[in-house]
Amino acid sequence: MQVFSLRGKTILITGASSGIGRAMAIACSEAGAALVISGRNINKLKETLHLLKGKGHNICVADLTEEDELAALVDFVPKLDGFVSNAGIASPLMLQFVEKQDVEEILNTNAISVIHLTRLLLQEKKLKKDASVVFTSSVNGNRCAYIGSTLYAASKAMLTGFMKATALELAPKGIRVNSIEPGMIETDLLKDGNISQEELDKDKQKYPLKRYGKPEEVAWAAVYLLSDATRWMTGSSIVLDGGYTLQ
Amino acid sequence: MEMNDFIKNFGNQFDDTDVSTFTPATRFRELEEWSSLNALAVLNMIGKKYGIKVLPDEMKPTQTIQELYDLVLSKK
Repeated sequence: MQVFSLRGKTILITGASSGIGRAMAIACSEAGAALVISGRNINKLKETLHLLKGKGHNICVADLTEEDELAALVDFVPKLDGFVSNAGIASPLMLQFVEKQDVEEILNTNAISVIHLTRLLLQEKKLKKDASVVFTSSVNGNRCAYIGSTLYAASKAMLTGFMKATALELAPKGIRVNSIEPGMIETDLLKDGNISQEELDKDKQKYPLKRYGKPEEVAWAAVYLLSDATRWMTGSSIVLDGGYTLQ
Repeated sequence: MEMNDFIKNFGNQFDDTDVSTFTPATRFRELEEWSSLNALAVLNMIGKKYGIKVLPDEMKPTQTIQELYDLVLSKK
Protein backbone atom coordinates (compact mmCIF):
# COMPACT_ATOMS: atom_id res chain seq x y z
CA MET A 1 0.00 0.00 0.00
CA GLN A 2 1.34 3.36 -1.09
CA VAL A 3 0.32 5.10 2.12
CA PHE A 4 2.94 3.11 4.07
CA SER A 5 5.69 4.02 1.60
CA LEU A 6 8.43 6.57 2.26
CA ARG A 7 9.15 7.07 -1.43
CA GLY A 8 10.02 10.70 -2.21
CA LYS A 9 10.67 11.54 1.45
CA THR A 10 13.97 12.85 2.79
CA ILE A 11 14.64 11.74 6.35
CA LEU A 12 17.32 12.48 8.96
CA ILE A 13 18.16 9.59 11.30
CA THR A 14 20.50 10.20 14.25
CA GLY A 15 22.20 7.43 16.20
CA ALA A 16 22.36 5.52 12.91
CA SER A 17 25.78 3.97 13.46
CA SER A 18 24.39 0.97 15.33
CA GLY A 19 21.45 -0.74 17.01
CA ILE A 20 17.96 0.67 16.61
CA GLY A 21 19.16 3.68 14.59
CA ARG A 22 20.92 1.47 12.03
CA ALA A 23 17.87 -0.79 11.72
CA MET A 24 15.68 2.28 11.18
CA ALA A 25 17.99 3.54 8.45
CA ILE A 26 17.82 0.18 6.66
CA ALA A 27 14.02 -0.07 7.00
CA CYS A 28 13.45 3.53 5.86
CA SER A 29 15.67 3.00 2.81
CA GLU A 30 13.75 -0.19 2.00
CA ALA A 31 10.55 1.87 2.24
CA GLY A 32 11.96 4.23 -0.40
CA ALA A 33 13.29 7.20 1.58
CA ALA A 34 16.44 9.20 0.84
CA LEU A 35 18.40 9.48 4.07
CA VAL A 36 20.88 11.59 5.95
CA ILE A 37 22.34 9.28 8.58
CA SER A 38 24.22 10.71 11.52
CA GLY A 39 26.26 9.32 14.38
CA ARG A 40 29.59 9.72 16.15
CA ASN A 41 31.54 6.89 14.47
CA ILE A 42 32.42 7.39 10.78
CA ASN A 43 33.37 3.74 10.19
CA LYS A 44 30.15 2.40 11.66
CA LEU A 45 28.15 4.99 9.72
CA LYS A 46 29.83 3.80 6.52
CA GLU A 47 28.86 0.23 7.41
CA THR A 48 25.25 1.41 7.79
CA LEU A 49 25.46 3.26 4.47
CA HIS A 50 26.51 0.04 2.71
CA LEU A 51 23.44 -1.71 4.11
CA LEU A 52 21.00 0.86 2.70
CA LYS A 53 18.81 0.22 -0.31
CA GLY A 54 18.37 2.77 -3.07
CA LYS A 55 20.31 5.93 -3.84
CA GLY A 56 20.67 9.49 -2.61
CA HIS A 57 21.78 8.73 0.96
CA ASN A 58 24.30 10.87 2.83
CA ILE A 59 26.43 10.62 5.97
CA CYS A 60 27.04 13.43 8.45
CA VAL A 61 29.33 12.61 11.38
CA ALA A 62 28.31 14.56 14.48
CA ASP A 63 28.49 14.38 18.25
CA LEU A 64 25.14 15.96 19.06
CA THR A 65 26.32 17.10 22.50
CA GLU A 66 28.83 19.42 20.79
CA GLU A 67 27.23 22.72 19.82
CA ASP A 68 29.31 23.32 16.67
CA GLU A 69 28.81 19.77 15.37
CA LEU A 70 25.07 20.07 15.98
CA ALA A 71 25.00 23.34 14.03
CA ALA A 72 27.01 21.74 11.21
CA LEU A 73 24.55 18.85 10.99
CA VAL A 74 21.57 21.22 10.80
CA ASP A 75 23.40 23.21 8.12
CA PHE A 76 24.17 20.00 6.17
CA VAL A 77 20.67 18.54 5.97
CA PRO A 78 18.25 19.54 3.19
CA LYS A 79 14.61 20.29 3.95
CA LEU A 80 13.21 17.22 5.66
CA ASP A 81 10.02 15.21 5.46
CA GLY A 82 11.06 13.31 8.56
CA PHE A 83 13.48 13.29 11.46
CA VAL A 84 14.12 10.38 13.81
CA SER A 85 16.21 10.75 16.94
CA ASN A 86 17.91 7.69 18.38
CA ALA A 87 21.11 8.83 20.04
CA GLY A 88 21.15 7.36 23.51
CA ILE A 89 23.38 5.89 26.20
CA ALA A 90 22.69 3.79 29.28
CA SER A 91 24.82 2.43 32.10
CA PRO A 92 23.50 0.95 35.35
CA LEU A 93 24.26 3.41 38.15
CA MET A 94 22.41 3.60 41.44
CA LEU A 95 21.39 7.06 42.65
CA GLN A 96 23.66 6.88 45.70
CA PHE A 97 26.68 6.91 43.35
CA VAL A 98 25.41 9.51 40.88
CA GLU A 99 27.59 12.59 40.46
CA LYS A 100 26.81 15.88 38.75
CA GLN A 101 28.75 14.87 35.63
CA ASP A 102 26.72 11.64 35.30
CA VAL A 103 23.49 13.66 35.34
CA GLU A 104 24.84 16.03 32.72
CA GLU A 105 26.22 13.28 30.47
CA ILE A 106 23.06 11.15 30.37
CA LEU A 107 20.56 14.02 30.16
CA ASN A 108 22.64 15.83 27.53
CA THR A 109 23.05 12.79 25.28
CA ASN A 110 19.58 11.29 25.66
CA ALA A 111 17.35 14.34 25.89
CA ILE A 112 18.87 17.82 25.88
CA SER A 113 20.77 17.32 22.60
CA VAL A 114 17.54 16.02 21.04
CA ILE A 115 15.72 19.15 22.20
CA HIS A 116 18.45 21.34 20.70
CA LEU A 117 18.48 19.45 17.41
CA THR A 118 14.70 19.67 17.10
CA ARG A 119 14.61 23.40 17.87
CA LEU A 120 17.47 24.10 15.43
CA LEU A 121 15.77 22.15 12.62
CA LEU A 122 12.66 24.22 13.27
CA GLN A 123 14.45 27.55 13.59
CA GLU A 124 16.46 26.95 10.43
CA LYS A 125 13.25 25.91 8.62
CA LYS A 126 14.55 22.45 7.80
CA LEU A 127 11.26 20.73 8.63
CA LYS A 128 8.80 20.77 5.74
CA LYS A 129 5.11 21.38 6.26
CA ASP A 130 3.59 17.99 7.12
CA ALA A 131 6.94 16.59 8.30
CA SER A 132 6.99 13.78 10.84
CA VAL A 133 9.28 13.84 13.89
CA VAL A 134 9.91 10.63 15.82
CA PHE A 135 11.75 10.23 19.11
CA THR A 136 12.96 6.86 20.31
CA SER A 137 12.04 6.96 23.98
CA SER A 138 11.59 3.94 26.27
CA VAL A 139 9.04 2.24 28.48
CA ASN A 140 11.64 2.93 31.18
CA GLY A 141 10.72 6.25 32.78
CA ASN A 142 7.33 6.40 31.05
CA ARG A 143 5.52 3.14 31.91
CA CYS A 144 7.92 1.44 34.34
CA ALA A 145 11.41 1.78 35.79
CA TYR A 146 14.50 -0.34 36.40
CA ILE A 147 16.96 -0.34 39.28
CA GLY A 148 20.12 1.54 38.36
CA SER A 149 18.37 3.59 35.68
CA THR A 150 17.32 6.78 37.48
CA LEU A 151 19.06 9.06 34.99
CA TYR A 152 18.10 7.07 31.89
CA ALA A 153 14.45 6.98 33.06
CA ALA A 154 14.53 10.73 33.75
CA SER A 155 15.97 11.42 30.29
CA LYS A 156 13.32 9.34 28.53
CA ALA A 157 10.47 10.93 30.52
CA MET A 158 11.93 14.31 29.60
CA LEU A 159 11.71 13.35 25.93
CA THR A 160 8.04 12.41 26.32
CA GLY A 161 7.12 15.76 27.87
CA PHE A 162 9.03 17.56 25.15
CA MET A 163 7.36 15.44 22.46
CA LYS A 164 3.85 16.28 23.67
CA ALA A 165 4.29 20.05 23.99
CA THR A 166 6.17 20.20 20.68
CA ALA A 167 3.41 18.22 18.97
CA LEU A 168 0.90 20.84 20.15
CA GLU A 169 3.03 23.78 19.05
CA LEU A 170 3.85 22.37 15.61
CA ALA A 171 0.38 21.07 14.80
CA PRO A 172 -0.62 24.34 13.04
CA LYS A 173 2.28 23.70 10.60
CA GLY A 174 1.03 20.18 9.99
CA ILE A 175 4.20 18.81 11.56
CA ARG A 176 3.56 15.67 13.61
CA VAL A 177 5.64 14.65 16.62
CA ASN A 178 5.40 11.17 18.13
CA SER A 179 7.55 8.74 20.04
CA ILE A 180 8.26 5.04 20.28
CA GLU A 181 8.64 3.45 23.69
CA PRO A 182 10.46 0.15 23.34
CA GLY A 183 11.11 -2.36 26.07
CA MET A 184 14.47 -4.12 26.05
CA ILE A 185 15.86 -4.51 22.53
CA GLU A 186 18.69 -6.84 21.48
CA THR A 187 21.42 -4.31 20.66
CA ASP A 188 25.14 -3.96 21.36
CA LEU A 189 24.15 -1.89 24.41
CA LEU A 190 23.17 -5.20 26.04
CA LYS A 191 26.39 -6.92 25.02
CA ASP A 192 28.72 -4.60 26.96
CA GLY A 193 28.57 -6.94 29.97
CA ASN A 194 27.04 -4.36 32.32
CA ILE A 195 24.20 -6.81 32.85
CA SER A 196 25.17 -10.49 33.11
CA GLN A 197 23.79 -12.99 30.59
CA GLU A 198 22.11 -14.81 33.48
CA GLU A 199 20.26 -11.63 34.52
CA LEU A 200 19.26 -10.96 30.90
CA ASP A 201 17.90 -14.50 30.45
CA LYS A 202 15.93 -14.16 33.68
CA ASP A 203 14.60 -10.76 32.65
CA LYS A 204 13.41 -12.06 29.26
CA GLN A 205 11.11 -14.46 31.06
CA LYS A 206 9.24 -11.45 32.51
CA TYR A 207 8.10 -10.59 28.98
CA PRO A 208 4.78 -12.22 28.03
CA LEU A 209 6.21 -12.83 24.53
CA LYS A 210 9.27 -14.41 26.25
CA ARG A 211 11.95 -12.49 24.43
CA TYR A 212 13.42 -9.03 23.93
CA GLY A 213 12.59 -7.04 20.82
CA LYS A 214 14.72 -6.85 17.71
CA PRO A 215 15.99 -3.53 16.31
CA GLU A 216 14.02 -4.01 13.09
CA GLU A 217 10.80 -4.38 15.08
CA VAL A 218 11.31 -0.84 16.40
CA ALA A 219 12.35 0.30 12.93
CA TRP A 220 9.05 -0.81 11.41
CA ALA A 221 7.18 1.36 13.92
CA ALA A 222 9.37 4.30 12.86
CA VAL A 223 8.52 3.69 9.19
CA TYR A 224 4.85 3.71 10.15
CA LEU A 225 5.18 6.99 12.06
CA LEU A 226 7.16 8.60 9.21
CA SER A 227 4.67 7.49 6.56
CA ASP A 228 1.43 9.16 5.53
CA ALA A 229 -0.44 6.32 7.23
CA THR A 230 -0.11 8.27 10.51
CA ARG A 231 -0.89 11.74 9.18
CA TRP A 232 -3.65 12.18 11.81
CA MET A 233 -1.43 11.00 14.66
CA THR A 234 0.51 13.46 16.81
CA GLY A 235 1.59 13.68 20.45
CA SER A 236 1.30 9.91 20.80
CA SER A 237 3.59 7.11 21.86
CA ILE A 238 3.73 3.61 20.50
CA VAL A 239 4.61 1.07 23.19
CA LEU A 240 6.58 -1.88 21.81
CA ASP A 241 7.46 -4.14 24.68
CA GLY A 242 6.31 -7.70 24.06
CA GLY A 243 3.60 -7.09 26.64
CA TYR A 244 6.05 -6.28 29.46
CA THR A 245 4.11 -3.35 30.92
CA LEU A 246 0.78 -5.17 30.83
CA GLN A 247 1.57 -6.79 34.16
CA MET B 1 44.17 0.60 47.64
CA GLU B 2 43.86 -0.47 51.27
CA MET B 3 41.99 -3.59 52.43
CA ASN B 4 40.53 -1.81 55.47
CA ASP B 5 39.28 1.00 53.29
CA PHE B 6 37.83 -1.51 50.80
CA ILE B 7 36.02 -3.38 53.58
CA LYS B 8 34.55 -0.12 54.88
CA ASN B 9 33.33 0.87 51.40
CA PHE B 10 31.99 -2.64 50.83
CA GLY B 11 30.18 -2.63 54.18
CA ASN B 12 28.62 0.74 53.44
CA GLN B 13 26.52 -0.90 50.74
CA PHE B 14 24.60 -2.80 53.41
CA ASP B 15 21.88 -1.31 55.60
CA ASP B 16 21.22 -4.06 58.14
CA THR B 17 24.59 -5.79 58.44
CA ASP B 18 26.98 -4.14 60.91
CA VAL B 19 30.14 -2.92 59.11
CA SER B 20 32.33 -4.24 61.97
CA THR B 21 31.32 -7.82 61.14
CA PHE B 22 33.02 -7.68 57.71
CA THR B 23 36.50 -9.25 57.35
CA PRO B 24 38.50 -10.32 54.29
CA ALA B 25 37.16 -13.86 54.83
CA THR B 26 33.50 -12.81 54.89
CA ARG B 27 31.53 -14.91 52.39
CA PHE B 28 29.27 -12.05 51.32
CA ARG B 29 26.92 -14.10 49.17
CA GLU B 30 25.83 -16.00 52.28
CA LEU B 31 24.73 -12.86 54.12
CA GLU B 32 21.01 -12.68 54.72
CA GLU B 33 20.92 -9.15 53.30
CA TRP B 34 22.77 -10.04 50.05
CA SER B 35 20.79 -9.44 46.85
CA SER B 36 21.31 -8.36 43.25
CA LEU B 37 20.77 -4.81 44.53
CA ASN B 38 23.87 -5.08 46.76
CA ALA B 39 25.77 -6.59 43.86
CA LEU B 40 25.03 -3.57 41.64
CA ALA B 41 25.84 -1.21 44.54
CA VAL B 42 29.20 -2.95 45.08
CA LEU B 43 30.04 -2.74 41.36
CA ASN B 44 29.09 0.95 41.31
CA MET B 45 31.17 1.53 44.47
CA ILE B 46 34.23 -0.09 42.88
CA GLY B 47 33.76 2.02 39.75
CA LYS B 48 33.34 5.30 41.57
CA LYS B 49 35.77 4.87 44.51
CA TYR B 50 38.57 3.06 42.68
CA GLY B 51 37.94 3.94 39.03
CA ILE B 52 37.85 0.25 38.08
CA LYS B 53 35.09 -1.25 35.96
CA VAL B 54 34.18 -4.74 37.12
CA LEU B 55 31.47 -6.55 35.15
CA PRO B 56 28.82 -8.73 36.83
CA ASP B 57 30.18 -11.88 35.19
CA GLU B 58 33.69 -11.09 36.45
CA MET B 59 32.40 -10.66 39.99
CA LYS B 60 30.34 -13.84 39.87
CA PRO B 61 33.10 -16.35 40.83
CA THR B 62 34.17 -14.30 43.87
CA GLN B 63 32.88 -15.53 47.21
CA THR B 64 34.86 -13.62 49.84
CA ILE B 65 35.74 -9.95 50.20
CA GLN B 66 39.41 -10.95 49.79
CA GLU B 67 38.67 -12.56 46.42
CA LEU B 68 36.77 -9.49 45.25
CA TYR B 69 39.58 -7.24 46.51
CA ASP B 70 42.12 -9.34 44.59
CA LEU B 71 39.98 -9.08 41.45
CA VAL B 72 39.87 -5.29 41.71
CA LEU B 73 43.64 -5.17 42.36
CA SER B 74 44.30 -7.35 39.31
CA LYS B 75 42.42 -4.83 37.13
CA LYS B 76 44.23 -1.77 38.49
